[in-house]
Amino acid sequence: MKRHLGFWLAAGWAAVLVLPWHIGGVWPVFWPAGPQNGPSAGDGMPALIQGLLLGRPWLLASVLPLLAALAGLWAKGRAKDGAKGEADERARSAWLTAAGGGGLGWLLVESLAVTQPGLGLGAAAYAVVCLVLGAHGLALRGWCKGDVFIVASIGLVLGSILVFVGFPVVTILLSAVQDNDGRLTVAGLFDKLTDSGIWGLGCVLGTGSTCGVAWNTLALAGVVGVLTTGTGLAFALIAVRTGFRFKAALRLASILPVITPPFVIGLAIILLFGRAGVVTDLLSTLFDIPRSRWIYGMPGVAMAQILAFTPISFLVLVGVLQGVSPTLEEASQTLRATPWITFRTVTLPLIRPGLANAFLISFIESLADFGNPLVLGGNFDVLSTKIFYAVVGAAHDQGRAAVLAIILLSFTLSAFLAQRRWLGRRSYATVAGKGDAGLPSPLPSGVRIAASAVAALWTALTVLVYGTILVGGFLKSLGRDNTLTLIHYQTAFGIETGPNGWWFSGSAWDSLFTTLGVSLVAMPLTAALGLLTAYLLVRQSFLGRGAFEFLTMLSFAIPGTVIGVSYILAFNTPPLELTGTGLILIIAFVFRNMPVGIRAGIATLSQIDKSLDEASLTLGARSFTTLRRVILPLLRPAIVTAMVYSFVRAITSVSAVIFLVTAKYNLATAYIVGRAEVGEYGLAIAYSSALIAIMVVALLAIQLLVGERRLGRRTAALPVSTSASKVNA
Amino acid sequence: MTHIRTLSPGTTTLEPAPAAARARPAVEFRSVVKRYGAFTAVHELNFSIEAGTLVTLLGPSGCGKTTTLRMIAGLEQASSGTILIGGENVTARSAAERDVSMVFQSYALFPHMTILDNVAYGLTVGGMAKRAALEAARDKLALVGLAGLEGRLPSELSGGQQQRVAVARAIVLEPRVLLFDEPLSNLDAKMRRQVREDIRQLQQSLKLTVVYVTHDQEEALAVSDRIIVMAGGRIAQDGTPRDLYQRPASRFIADFIGDANIVPALLEGRDGALGRVRVGMATLTLPHRDLADGPVELAVRPNAIRLTSDQDPSDGLLGRVHFAAYLGDHMEYEVAVALGGREVMLFARTPDVDAPLSVGDAVCVGFAPRGVTVVPP
Ligand SMILES: Nc1ncnc2c1ncn2[C@@H]1O[C@H](COP(=O)(O)OP(=O)(O)OP(=O)(O)O)[C@@H](O)[C@H]1O
Ligand SMILES: [Mg+2]
Repeated sequence: MKRHLGFWLAAGWAAVLVLPWHIGGVWPVFWPAGPQNGPSAGDGMPALIQGLLLGRPWLLASVLPLLAALAGLWAKGRAKDGAKGEADERARSAWLTAAGGGGLGWLLVESLAVTQPGLGLGAAAYAVVCLVLGAHGLALRGWCKGDVFIVASIGLVLGSILVFVGFPVVTILLSAVQDNDGRLTVAGLFDKLTDSGIWGLGCVLGTGSTCGVAWNTLALAGVVGVLTTGTGLAFALIAVRTGFRFKAALRLASILPVITPPFVIGLAIILLFGRAGVVTDLLSTLFDIPRSRWIYGMPGVAMAQILAFTPISFLVLVGVLQGVSPTLEEASQTLRATPWITFRTVTLPLIRPGLANAFLISFIESLADFGNPLVLGGNFDVLSTKIFYAVVGAAHDQGRAAVLAIILLSFTLSAFLAQRRWLGRRSYATVAGKGDAGLPSPLPSGVRIAASAVAALWTALTVLVYGTILVGGFLKSLGRDNTLTLIHYQTAFGIETGPNGWWFSGSAWDSLFTTLGVSLVAMPLTAALGLLTAYLLVRQSFLGRGAFEFLTMLSFAIPGTVIGVSYILAFNTPPLELTGTGLILIIAFVFRNMPVGIRAGIATLSQIDKSLDEASLTLGARSFTTLRRVILPLLRPAIVTAMVYSFVRAITSVSAVIFLVTAKYNLATAYIVGRAEVGEYGLAIAYSSALIAIMVVALLAIQLLVGERRLGRRTAALPVSTSASKVNA
Repeated sequence: MTHIRTLSPGTTTLEPAPAAARARPAVEFRSVVKRYGAFTAVHELNFSIEAGTLVTLLGPSGCGKTTTLRMIAGLEQASSGTILIGGENVTARSAAERDVSMVFQSYALFPHMTILDNVAYGLTVGGMAKRAALEAARDKLALVGLAGLEGRLPSELSGGQQQRVAVARAIVLEPRVLLFDEPLSNLDAKMRRQVREDIRQLQQSLKLTVVYVTHDQEEALAVSDRIIVMAGGRIAQDGTPRDLYQRPASRFIADFIGDANIVPALLEGRDGALGRVRVGMATLTLPHRDLADGPVELAVRPNAIRLTSDQDPSDGLLGRVHFAAYLGDHMEYEVAVALGGREVMLFARTPDVDAPLSVGDAVCVGFAPRGVTVVPP
């Protein structure tokens, strides 16, 4: 313990003596790049140097906590037992707690009260050190059974969620009550929230031509939710209750939405059904159906979303249907019920919670979707696109963006809470440990025919869509000029040789490299943070665990658009000035995708018997050793899942990062959306299919590399938590 | 309750003279309480366990045995009170810092490690060199009779073998106290007898201090030096198996250990240590156990009941056979008798299988003096 404390204390001194306290300035360590002279030249110097030389005396206070911790280190018990030893312990605990609390408190007050440049590496390191010192103090007091690692982990996870989820959300709430000059206008908030542009019912009442954007969003989400659930159910029934022979293909198809950037389906739909689309062409020449722009608007967006989200609802419903014990249906049959009556009175009621769950998941997905409405919406606005235009458009009205984001957030949050509260535990369909013999009753023929028809339609459309994506990139201009060409790939991924050797001349390379780099850095961080959080939630009980769970849950429910807006609002100015850096992209990915890690971790951890941890503890291993030697090896499937999903989601994500990209740090999806907006569909499609190919290769590589170790009976299948993990794409 | 140490109020730290170290109890609970929210799982528990003995915590489901055991291990924190292990106050210490090992009901073998690595785990995380740890682990595996299986994964062993690995893993650290939570519950009836004998032998040959949790009274009687019977989070009785069986402190104990019939009776007078007890028309001479004259209850073991078909009630009660079952080497009967104005069912076991009684027979119920005790009502 003493050795660890010594290390952290040394790190604390390094943070104030060596590392740059602010961003910018001329300090030659790590984060230089700033004006060489002038008033801000010293910004990058360590806190103590700034305090002594630059007339920023308040920074000198940063040493007090470190001195307190030093005192704590010296108060180390000399007597091991007895009253003296206990008094020493108490003194040490008091010093360390004071050091941690004081340091963090000072940092908070200092950074909010004093106008200064954005905090740098030194301040970040200082915060972590204070947190760990405080954790030592609290652990000595018996918190979390005296386990420093647990106390520090809780502090770290909680702190980072507060800073990177809580703080932006609070900022967005605050900026909703400010006007654009930062003045507080509480009075205006009500007007803004009830604006007729948001809640107007003109289209229904006949007083206007359009409805408020909130109604648009809800209507779209409702329609998509119902239709997606229906389609998902059709597939689930076919997969579970018929002799359908291509079940493996169904499973495979369910991966598609994971590796398809959300707007790509929208792009393909434009190319198929747009005014100059392939299908439109065909209909117009064969049947003389006039070309129109019907696809731009709700029909197109809904179609794209149904195609995209059906696999998710399929996965949910397959699980639920498999959980329905066949014996119940057999019992119904022996009571002389026909297949239709059995289906209606036994099967359907049993899967009703599952249906509601699938509906809510698709509902939330649709609310949060940004890419499809952006490329297909036309004049049909939804909240997520409205937010985008409020920020990037001519109006540049961040207050309005904040109001819209709050409304969207309240929708997703309500749906999410409904899903958790009502459906979290209420499932009659159970998979018991004992083998449940029996055959599920055959589907009534009407249901079977309907399901097959729906499934066939979906399949046909999907094949068309993915065919378009694959082929479209190789055609000059799909629909207009179907000459085979590599021009799009060349524009995007050209490599030329010039006087300085080879260079990546293609226009897509920059964004591709940034995307891959940022995703690769975010991947292990996301997995680590998510799994650590899952471990704390599943395995530890501590004061405030409920609140902790709620906070992590909150980050599940925040749509990407809201994250994006809140990040630019929160991190545009000191003390945390991160916009325009690559770091903010990484942070956005980590905290957006962390729920994936949490879910994978929770699913796997709850299958690992808790007595394994306890056995390790009673054998003298502390929780960190236990985590490393017992839990982590068993968590391997979850680690793979978390890594894969965080990587893939980082690559495909568009809604959050479109606000955060810059010319220097552009991302693939943002680039593609930009191309699509100016009508360069060929390039957009070509780039999209390249992304999909990259992700397929990455998935296969990870599967091959990691493989799975057999643990006999305990082998846990890779928990494909797609259904849950895509919730806020 | 002879083992409970009463402490003068205000004694919070134990400062024993070094010479007394040997006499220190291996485990001591002082007013230990465990609450889960508003629910109190364990009330003010006081007991101490001598080194080198096997003590069983016995009681019906939900009485707090596992909770007590886990508080010894440090897997649960006591809500209040003091826990000492080997005289040291460990109340605030985590499980990793206590000199205690545990054999879990589910065995909790690490599925991703071989048997050998499992057993060596405690040594290696404690900082022992890998080679020495594996050597010690191999010894312990041989001790529990598993030499040759070192390279297998836990999933490749039978339940009984897994159990022995769990024991080896726990004793390899030579803990001051070894804890067992229902170690036999995953084994079949035959294996149970075998394994419990093995555990007892191991405990005696290595002079281990063992705390053993079970809800099976026969198992407890068979293995224990001492049994602490718990009910509703409190100690109901604490004593040797013989104490518990022959001198139950309450009708709960009498019923829980050895399925005694509880029969209302009258203590009518005494003569030295013996008292006259009237039950129905019969009068028995039994140790009065310092109970006051007047109504008492009798705990009658099933095999202390004599059933005869003669109709002379002078040495017993009249009854009627209500149920009879043949179990190979003995008969079991339920006999309805009228006592104190209501009908009482007595459960009897007799070795006579050749001339069984049948349902409906009128019988006379007598009592053998051994196997009958008075208990406080
Ligand atoms: N984590 C907990 N939260 C709330 N109550 C608990 C918890 N753990 C145990 N209890 C309660 O404490 C009481 C004692 O539980 P314990 O596990 O010690 O019983 P036990 O004697 O081991 O029973 P069994 O023989 O069934 O294992 C029970 O009523 C149980 O419901
Ligand atoms: Mg128990």
